[in-house]
Amino acid sequence: MHVFSDPANRAVYLSSFLLILKLTGAAGVIALVFGVVLAAMRVSPVPVLRGFGTAWVNVFRNTPLTLIIFFCYFGLFVNLGVTYSDDDIDLNNFWLGVTGLAAYTAAFVCETVRSGINTVPAGQADAARALGMTFGQTLRLVVLPQATRSVVAPFGSILIALAKNATIVGTIGVLESASVMRQLINDNGDAVIPIFLVFAGTFVALLVPTGYLFGWLAKRLAVRR
Amino acid sequence: MRLSRTLAVLTGLALALGFSGACGGGSGGGSGGSGPAQTGVVGKAQQSRKLVIGVKADQPGLGLQTGSRYEGFDIEIAKIVAKDLGVDESGIEWKTTTTPNREAFIQQGTVDLVVATYTINDERKKKVSFAGPYYVAGQDLLVKTDNADITGPEALDGKKVCSVTGSTPAKRIQTEHPKAHLQLFDAYSKCVEALGQGSVDAVTTDDIILAGYAAQPQFAGKFKVVGKPFSTEPYGIGLKKGDKSSCEKINAILTAAASDGRYKAAWDATLGRSGKPAPTLDTSKLTSCE
Repeated sequence: MHVFSDPANRAVYLSSFLLILKLTGAAGVIALVFGVVLAAMRVSPVPVLRGFGTAWVNVFRNTPLTLIIFFCYFGLFVNLGVTYSDDDIDLNNFWLGVTGLAAYTAAFVCETVRSGINTVPAGQADAARALGMTFGQTLRLVVLPQATRSVVAPFGSILIALAKNATIVGTIGVLESASVMRQLINDNGDAVIPIFLVFAGTFVALLVPTGYLFGWLAKRLAVRR
Repeated sequence: MRLSRTLAVLTGLALALGFSGACGGGSGGGSGGSGPAQTGVVGKAQQSRKLVIGVKADQPGLGLQTGSRYEGFDIEIAKIVAKDLGVDESGIEWKTTTTPNREAFIQQGTVDLVVATYTINDERKKKVSFAGPYYVAGQDLLVKTDNADITGPEALDGKKVCSVTGSTPAKRIQTEHPKAHLQLFDAYSKCVEALGQGSVDAVTTDDIILAGYAAQPQFAGKFKVVGKPFSTEPYGIGLKKGDKSSCEKINAILTAAASDGRYKAAWDATLGRSGKPAPTLDTSKLTSCE
């Protein structure tokens, strides 16, 4: 364990997991909001919106995340000039990574919410319409609150997957845990297995409680019918 | 009836193969089987006429895999060494190694030799033995051909420099030139792509690797290596720790290859295409194999 007794190594190890948490947090919030919007589009009566939602899900859900992240750097930033920070490379790369992660994860959030919408009995929407509610009101006040509460547990799975997917942002230069693990292994060829176990163990330690938390939330928030 | 005919054909084939195999072994044994039975890599090469050699698969000009073929300067050097140990090209099994697994592969016996841009340093010497160096590289910078303001590492302040996550060159930039903005990727090919697109100003790693990228046909004339190396990276041939006789034998092979022109031919066929003239192998710098 001589690798982690070196304070410099401990610092990069801790900062790498802090970055994972930041990436997960930022991308998670954006993906949640945008994914619900996408789901609303996919069930809306407007064909253009439905088409957009379907296209988004099919494109991003079926493209490997490494390619999406690659595109965020070489497509969005290098060729299209989408820049989050001119003078801070790390900040720029971080948000390019968040963009890719959020675009990808939103597709999964959208499909999860849509499956949640199917759990709401059709009579609920009929009743709302009978009361004179518009489509927006029906969705916002009646359907979505029930739909999202029924898919809390799958949201937990998406969040866990997102946290692990965040390591892919390392490929465009964000020093998250997988990159730092590679660096430590490169510097300490004699301690490959211990380093690997520490990084894998940290992920498990962070994500197992997340799974239980969402399981507990799912039970608490379930709609009783 | 049909079965017995198939059997006859198979038996014939097996006989023919066995025969040719025996002939090949016999003729090879005549040329290299002098002296008492050897141990280590030399012994294995003499007895089995086969070697497993670890090489890089993603370094243009040095060790690059295209399909099932490997090509590059490391590969040519490995072929020279294998040939003089009595192993033909068909007897070499190439194995892709990466930077972190080279020591483990040698220690576990997964490979007999490693010729993979393998810098000799004290930490690695604790785990493996090195023959060579067959080339002395140095960290350098690759820039666009028309770039005039990056003349060396001291001109990097405020510039965007690209390297690979976790690599020694990246670390050196971080510690010795902290004012440079470091962009990291997981592969040099991405750095070179970013340099071509203009999102980074320079790519840094060993000069020989940079020359390999500059020599790729799709980048011809677009990039230049600055040519002011700021580190010393002697590339050695890694083998099992303590295999002193094999190490000395390999050093003798390298010395011979340098004097009879095979070393230069290997260079000209690979990295020489970048326009860089062949280096001279400094035989006085060869390791003592301790």
